[in-house]
Amino acid sequence: MKPRHKRLLLVVVALALLGLGATFVLKAFRSNLVFFYTPTEVFAGQVPQGQAFRIGGMVLEDSLKRKDDGVTVRFAVTDSIENVPVQFTGILPDLFQEGKGVVAQGRMDPQGVFVADQVLAKHDENYMPPEAAEALERARKIKMESE
Amino acid sequence: MAVFFFLLASILTVWGLYVGFFVAPTDFQQGESYRIIFIHVPAAWMSMLIYLIMSFWAAIGLIMNTRLSSMMAHALAPTGALMTFIALWTGAFWGRPTWGAWWVWDARLTSELILLFLYIGYMALRASIEDPRRADRASAILALVGIVNVPIIYFSVQWWNTLHQGASVSLTKSPSMATSMLTGMLVMALAFWMYSIAVSLIRVRRIIRDREANAAWLSDSSGVQ
Repeated sequence: MKPRHKRLLLVVVALALLGLGATFVLKAFRSNLVFFYTPTEVFAGQVPQGQAFRIGGMVLEDSLKRKDDGVTVRFAVTDSIENVPVQFTGILPDLFQEGKGVVAQGRMDPQGVFVADQVLAKHDENYMPPEAAEALERARKIKMESE
Repeated sequence: MAVFFFLLASILTVWGLYVGFFVAPTDFQQGESYRIIFIHVPAAWMSMLIYLIMSFWAAIGLIMNTRLSSMMAHALAPTGALMTFIALWTGAFWGRPTWGAWWVWDARLTSELILLFLYIGYMALRASIEDPRRADRASAILALVGIVNVPIIYFSVQWWNTLHQGASVSLTKSPSMATSMLTGMLVMALAFWMYSIAVSLIRVRRIIRDREANAAWLSDSSGVQ
């Protein structure tokens, strides 16, 4: 074996081991790498107890209510299986909308309401002009009515 | 050669930005702020791709003991760092109005930040070792260790819940964006390619001249350079 073949073998083996190691580390840290928990996980008790965490999902349609003070809002976050009621005082991001993605940071209060101190809008990977979005929305409504 | 690539890069940039700003329609959700993708996405792609190419040259240099391949790796690092920085910077500017935060510690953003540190670490390590051949070997090992980060960046949005949205354009499915938006983005990506090739060629020429200053073949042809 020539020296450069030896070095090639060494590099390949080292990279393979490194990759394997990284895979195990990532698997071990899997739960810590999660940016947010889903409402189903909240109900299953898989969230950190007694400390702040984030929940993510869709804002439930027709759930957004503004309190009389004008800055406190309540809405529900859903993953289409479970809903978590969320209360937030502050300015919502521009993209915040019912039926759209949201990530809220805060903690559960004893009544089971998630009190958020930060609300972030999570949006999807679809980019299209407004006319196309309207056409899609019309098609969706027609489909729903026919069902 | 470099001039040719620079020319291509300028033409493609003008074309890509024209499509991006005047032809592509407004987005239905984000309005005008989505137009950051014409810079952000090509820069993010380039940041990962340059790292792969840099590690490839570093590995070849390590295995074959060739000087030129190590110099190629050396020449690519600053451009890769620049692309990573642009991706992070434009992302922050877009994140503030869209998400409501400049920065969040989600897997995509954090791994991209680590990529920036890898580039900076690579350059710092290289600069700190005086003997160029030793610097080649040490930095090559750093580059190769860091390569595990690249698939983490790419797949982070699939593996974990992240605030960053999933890929709109990928090899496995048809793109989920309007055609003219896609055109603008791909033309800009091509422009970034050409720019990276051009500056890397110029930089590697400088590195060769610095490192091989005493070599006979270089002093013979120094007038031709």
